[in-house]
Amino acid sequence: MTTTQTADLNRLATPPTFQSVSTARKIKNGVATALVYLAFLIAVVPLVWVLYTVIQRGFPVILDIDWWQKSLSGLLSRQQGGGVYHAIYGTLVQGLVCGLISVPIGLFVAVYLVEYGGRSKLAKATTFMVDILTGVPSIVAALFIYSLWITTFGFGRSGFAVSLALVLLMVPVIVRTTEEMLKIVPDELREASYALGVPKWKTIVKIVIPTALSGILTGVMLALARVMGETAPVLVLAAYAPFINYNLFDGPMASLPLLMTAERNNPTQAGFERIWGAAITLVLIITLFNLLATVISRWLAPKTK
Amino acid sequence: MNERIVAKRPADTDTGARRGVPAARPAPEAPIPPTTEAEKKAPHVRPGDRIFRGLATGSGVFIVVLIGAIGLFLLIQAIPSLALDKVNFLTSREWSTGDVNNMRYGILDLLLVTVVSSAFALLIAMPIALGIALFLTQYAPRRLARPFAYVIDLLAAVPSIIYGLWGLFVLGPVLTPIGQWLTSTLGFIPLFAEGNVSIEFGGTIFTAGIVLAVMILPIITAVTREVFDRTPPAHVEGAIALGATKWEVVRTTVLPFGKAGYVSASMLGLGRALGETIALTIILSATGTAFGWSLFDGGATFASKIALAAPEFNDPRSAGAYIAAGLVLFVLTFLVNAAARSIVAGHKEYE
Amino acid sequence: MAKRIDVKDLNLFYGKFHAVDGVSLAVPPRSVTAFIGPSGCGKSTVLRSLNRMHEVAPGARVEGKVLLDGEDIYASSIDPVQVRRTIGMVFQRPNPFPTMSIRDNVVAGLKLAGVKNKKKLDEVAERSLRGANLWNEVKDRLDRPGGGLSGGQQQRLCIARAIAVQPDVLLMDEPCSALDPISTLAIEDLITELKKEYTIVIVTHNMQQAARVSDQTAFFNLLGVGQPGRLIEVDDTEKIFSNPSQKATEDYISGRFG
Repeated sequence: MTTTQTADLNRLATPPTFQSVSTARKIKNGVATALVYLAFLIAVVPLVWVLYTVIQRGFPVILDIDWWQKSLSGLLSRQQGGGVYHAIYGTLVQGLVCGLISVPIGLFVAVYLVEYGGRSKLAKATTFMVDILTGVPSIVAALFIYSLWITTFGFGRSGFAVSLALVLLMVPVIVRTTEEMLKIVPDELREASYALGVPKWKTIVKIVIPTALSGILTGVMLALARVMGETAPVLVLAAYAPFINYNLFDGPMASLPLLMTAERNNPTQAGFERIWGAAITLVLIITLFNLLATVISRWLAPKTK
Repeated sequence: MNERIVAKRPADTDTGARRGVPAARPAPEAPIPPTTEAEKKAPHVRPGDRIFRGLATGSGVFIVVLIGAIGLFLLIQAIPSLALDKVNFLTSREWSTGDVNNMRYGILDLLLVTVVSSAFALLIAMPIALGIALFLTQYAPRRLARPFAYVIDLLAAVPSIIYGLWGLFVLGPVLTPIGQWLTSTLGFIPLFAEGNVSIEFGGTIFTAGIVLAVMILPIITAVTREVFDRTPPAHVEGAIALGATKWEVVRTTVLPFGKAGYVSASMLGLGRALGETIALTIILSATGTAFGWSLFDGGATFASKIALAAPEFNDPRSAGAYIAAGLVLFVLTFLVNAAARSIVAGHKEYE
Repeated sequence: MAKRIDVKDLNLFYGKFHAVDGVSLAVPPRSVTAFIGPSGCGKSTVLRSLNRMHEVAPGARVEGKVLLDGEDIYASSIDPVQVRRTIGMVFQRPNPFPTMSIRDNVVAGLKLAGVKNKKKLDEVAERSLRGANLWNEVKDRLDRPGGGLSGGQQQRLCIARAIAVQPDVLLMDEPCSALDPISTLAIEDLITELKKEYTIVIVTHNMQQAARVSDQTAFFNLLGVGQPGRLIEVDDTEKIFSNPSQKATEDYISGRFG
């Protein structure tokens, strides 16, 4: 590499063709490079460590087929065995119902921001509020639903209350990804559609959204994976049950995070197994949704061949 | 002939691309950013269009109202309980809400623990996130940059409850000797003094802060990376052409360009740390003693205090005390996030 | 079915910016009218106002009249969507819908308007693709995505898509500017054929192209930066290119512009 130093014009002797880089600059560059690589390695350590911990402690537990088929109903806290299908059910259903509510809201907000809002005051306010919503801590979302759904409306704790709190966490994520995806749909496609005499709403529904669909669905899957791991809302809004409860709207309902917090009070080996088994199960579900996101984006992306 | 005419293009013919749209449309004549139907003289709107537009706009309004509602509902629930508070809510360090006729609670300790643990986490995470962002945008081999970025994003995919369990049961014991060494050699500094919980057990702000740092790394990295990626190539090439070393290129172009974005990203990370709930609920040991400014203290943050008590929310009056604490947390994160946003809002080049 | 267009004292605005000032001209049916002029002179803006695409931009305004066979397309009782169904448009860059196959692209206008009859759609697809001189090249791969075609083929696909809805008028906004010379030639041949059935208005930067394909040419110019564009003169193409009545026109087409 050459240097920035200008040649000394007063010197008569021919300078070397390439000036060398001063040692100090070389050292600085080397140190900076080393630090930057080190930073990345430091970040990989906890990831590998956490995953190793989860797999090492949880993997033996989930090999038992009972883990996937039974609940903890009727088991004493020190009795080993049993399973967590009741909690898997709770996690999936609470997450999916949350998705069912969040996706239309998030989609419409993004459509508003990209297709209708323009530079209006409302659009600016909405963008700002979506940003704020992104930063609302999950415990605050849970407290809000508690104040609204349980204290004000008088409903009891339930899986559905959890779903509502998760909506608050999921909507901003969906808005953000959908907005990004809608923005990169070229305006030429919108114009081509208008020029064919297609009304604006139909243009959005049939041309713009399908073009952006793979990106939107990927975002939805990632958002789902995220909310399913949330613990604070289930802690505030649902009571734990060691048995299956299919009713989202009534009664205590388990979910994987809630099961883990409940079993933390269980100092026995059985408690240890349940916690880490639930942890690896949760990680697997999240991984599954992440993979699903990848598959969907490959499968639905606009093709050229 | 035509080439010459094209060159005559007047200055005002820049493309009408909107924010974020890669100059997809080389508008031939005048800027035509097509977002909204223009206000029409002829009020001919199809019913389908009217309904759809209404739904979209309504959803936008809903979001704005929602944030207001969060503040409002928390306030409504908190006020009656605040009226029953026998001590000053903002300056008291007590927290007893069991007896609704004699509720004595204040947030000072919660606030201090929350802020100190988040600040400690930020202190660790900021330089590392900067390094990773530089690594991913400037140093990593092109083909590997994306998979590497994915690895960092994976950190965000791990649920916080798992970080909490790992932090307490795995990381905590490893940190114990480090903590003991720090308290014995640097104990004269209040920050490293012996705390009010057992170092042996690991439930200290020190452990919590390190776990928090890991948790906020991906968000800070992601946002910073995005900003660094937008460094104008012309700046970088200019520096390279002057014979600058890689580090000099970074220092003279990427860092000045991305500084505001990095600060904003760190604020977002801070917001995340302030509100993190379950990991801290698991890690931090409860203590009856007030916070003494040591990293080896235990205690509770706003979020962990609420989470610990949440299963027993039965009397609205005692629940209201926690909701009041939640409201303070909401305001705190609102301010931090708004600040993060306003930093970036002043920088058009990031869009 | 081709219809005539009469533009009367048309003024176009983007917000406060007066983009085009006082344009009046007549486009006879079954002919090709070319709009030429330097960049920024408002020729594309005028073209876009002929099927109410101008108003898609925020703050865009229209004053004056555009008559399609005597009926004002800007009358308050007229739905812009209907206008665009009657007056089709082809854009500067080919823009097939990336999520649709070649066949679906061609019949997109009909499908989105609710036509479901598969047999009819197939008929229209074939007829339109033949009309756009593309049938032979794509008949074996109608189910492939439109994005896989070459640029010139994509542009002919877009023309097929525009004529599939059987418009009365076809507007073309620099349809060849993104294409190579061979594809350009194919499109020009197509325009000559299409004018038997359609009224065509084409914006072009290429004066030879205007001379080759059009019957009538309109020259637009602007007097200075920030000034609105104006129609300088409109006449038979032959006359414009051999003996224009305005000095500015002569300067422009002889390359002495500016």
